[in-house]
Amino acid sequence: MSRLKSLCALTLLLSGSVLSSAHAAGTLTIATVNNGDMIVMRQLSSEFEKAHPDIHLNWVTLEENVLRQRVTTDIAMKTGQFDVVTIGNYEVPIWAKQGWLTELKPDAAYDVNDVLPSVREALTSDGKLYALPFYAESVMTYYRKDLFQKAGLTMPEDPTYDQIRQFADKITDKSGQVYGICLRGKPGWGENMAYVSSLANTYGAQWFDMSWKPLLTSDAWKKALTWYVSAMKEDGPPGATSNGFNENLALFASGHCGIWIDSTVAGGLLFDPKQSQVADKVGFAPAPKGPYGKGPTWLWAWSLAVPVSSHQSADAQTFITWATSKDYVKLVADRKGWVAVPAGTRASTYAAPEYQKAAPFASFVLNAIKTADPNGQTAQPRPYTGAQFVGIPEFQAMGTQVGQTVAATLSGQMTVDQALASAQSSITRSLRQSGRAK
Amino acid sequence: MAVKTKRSTRIAVTLLGWGIALWLFFPIFWMILTGFKSEVEAVSTPPKLFFMPTLSSYAEVFERASYWHFALNTVIVSVGATAGALLLAIPAAYSMAFMPSKRTRGTLLWMLSTRMLPPVGVLVPIYLLARNTHLLDTCTGLAIVDMLTNLPIIVWMLFTFFREVPAPILEAGRMDGATRWQEMTMVLLPLALPGIASTALLSLILCWNEAFWSLNLTSSNAAPLTAFIASFSSPEGLFFGKLSAASTLAVAPILVFGWISQKQLVRGLTFGAVK
Repeated sequence: MSRLKSLCALTLLLSGSVLSSAHAAGTLTIATVNNGDMIVMRQLSSEFEKAHPDIHLNWVTLEENVLRQRVTTDIAMKTGQFDVVTIGNYEVPIWAKQGWLTELKPDAAYDVNDVLPSVREALTSDGKLYALPFYAESVMTYYRKDLFQKAGLTMPEDPTYDQIRQFADKITDKSGQVYGICLRGKPGWGENMAYVSSLANTYGAQWFDMSWKPLLTSDAWKKALTWYVSAMKEDGPPGATSNGFNENLALFASGHCGIWIDSTVAGGLLFDPKQSQVADKVGFAPAPKGPYGKGPTWLWAWSLAVPVSSHQSADAQTFITWATSKDYVKLVADRKGWVAVPAGTRASTYAAPEYQKAAPFASFVLNAIKTADPNGQTAQPRPYTGAQFVGIPEFQAMGTQVGQTVAATLSGQMTVDQALASAQSSITRSLRQSGRAK
Repeated sequence: MAVKTKRSTRIAVTLLGWGIALWLFFPIFWMILTGFKSEVEAVSTPPKLFFMPTLSSYAEVFERASYWHFALNTVIVSVGATAGALLLAIPAAYSMAFMPSKRTRGTLLWMLSTRMLPPVGVLVPIYLLARNTHLLDTCTGLAIVDMLTNLPIIVWMLFTFFREVPAPILEAGRMDGATRWQEMTMVLLPLALPGIASTALLSLILCWNEAFWSLNLTSSNAAPLTAFIASFSSPEGLFFGKLSAASTLAVAPILVFGWISQKQLVRGLTFGAVK
């Protein structure tokens, strides 16, 4: 009997203790991802709290896909759990059109004109700004200078995909576990399809024509995908279908890759001797060009936005203005060094001589982001925006589905023709179901 | 010869047992090992078994997140959900074991079938219910969902254990004037205590490791250790060292608890098995 009494007492105790308090007034809940720049922001946020004693910050760090799902659920159901959300330029125009984001009007001190025009444009919908950029990235080519030198090769100022393939062939040494080229192979709209879409653009391929008819069986797509599959099979690392950004970063940083084409954000990580064994051997060049040469170019901006469901919109705007301001850049430079400042957003950052000295790739990244044009011209007119994604809500599911068929070509389960035919029919079906195409 | 065969069989069985145990334990061992590597070593190919251990990942994990806040939430939710589930499951299993009706078997199967539904299928209704009852991001909300999720298994296990208790012992109690409540609390529960303890332990482990509802129904106030682990995954940058350190910290308490209580757990799970 005494045992039962103890059990009851424990239950009562717990039922009392499990009741947690609701969010206190003046507390901002910030949903973010676990990227290096966000971690620094969190560490330095105590400065913001000191300057605004009535605002307390509550951080929720989530895995990228979980973050998207949680934030979408929260905003769609108007729960108001998050006051500040970290999103990219894929979501901003879509969510703004849904009426989910608060329009932002930073004051003159914020100097919105200092934000790089391509980035500002990517976060604007119908002439209104809906998010402030925290850091931005485009695409570039990283290569091992020592391997190039050993093979007697020189990276041109503006390489083409044909040249990259020749270089990769020459520097591949599979017995020494050095692979000529490393590219994303992990299926996902933000993984392999970010790279493959960008590759397809420069081959003159595109996802849809003006009547939303998928164009995946076009010659341009075939040529682009054939290049990708052939390069990866002959010069790429084994098990490439498991490699996303992080895995390729690890491969390159540990000396297993000769060439890697990926986000500009990798520059800071590859040049950091603490994280990279090849820090003194990394060279960089623009992203290679394909036969079409033009086309939309990769741009991604991790940004801070305030959902309309937030109950503390004014405080939330105060915070995101602080976290994306020139003063914040200075604060990071003072505390963590210039190499740690968020890249790709403000012209003033690149104008600082200290930053140019600390980050040898700075002017290169600036140029890549300045010239990045996610709305660039495709071979035929197109009804959508975006370079490494298609700016429609259906793309997350659609891109991941096509990503799986592209990965199947790498693993040898499908030929390029079979993969593209399968992707074409699955996309046609998805668009019909969503009502976008007839 | 017979003794020799018996001995060799015993050795073979022992080796097989150890082999399976090591095979099952290897991922946990590798996770613990990776927690002591630097980020570059954590992803090096070929993987390194021998290296200079560092506590840098642990230091960073403690610096970045309040481990104790997440751990306390996990303890509250796991113990709360288990206690609540036992309170409901004991009377349910008692009535099903000793006063079965025509539909008892069907009811038990139906209860178990709810476990076969993928949780994401009921995400939206559960999320809306939690929002409307102001239980989002509260330990109470998560404990209720965990309790309901585990209830079918707990009822099934208790039902099996109670069935092993000879009915005449309960009848003897009744003949001595015990009420139903007294019969259940003073006769049945002490007899089935090993089974109840192992059920409670299993429920605790299931709640401790539950991730889907934790990630979807909590954000900061009630976030448990599963959310703590998830927060160390990164789309850009190396994170395996920190993720392994965070995972080790998250599973350590339940591993130690499971280790200490393994005798009770095995005793409970084999309760009545050699009848």
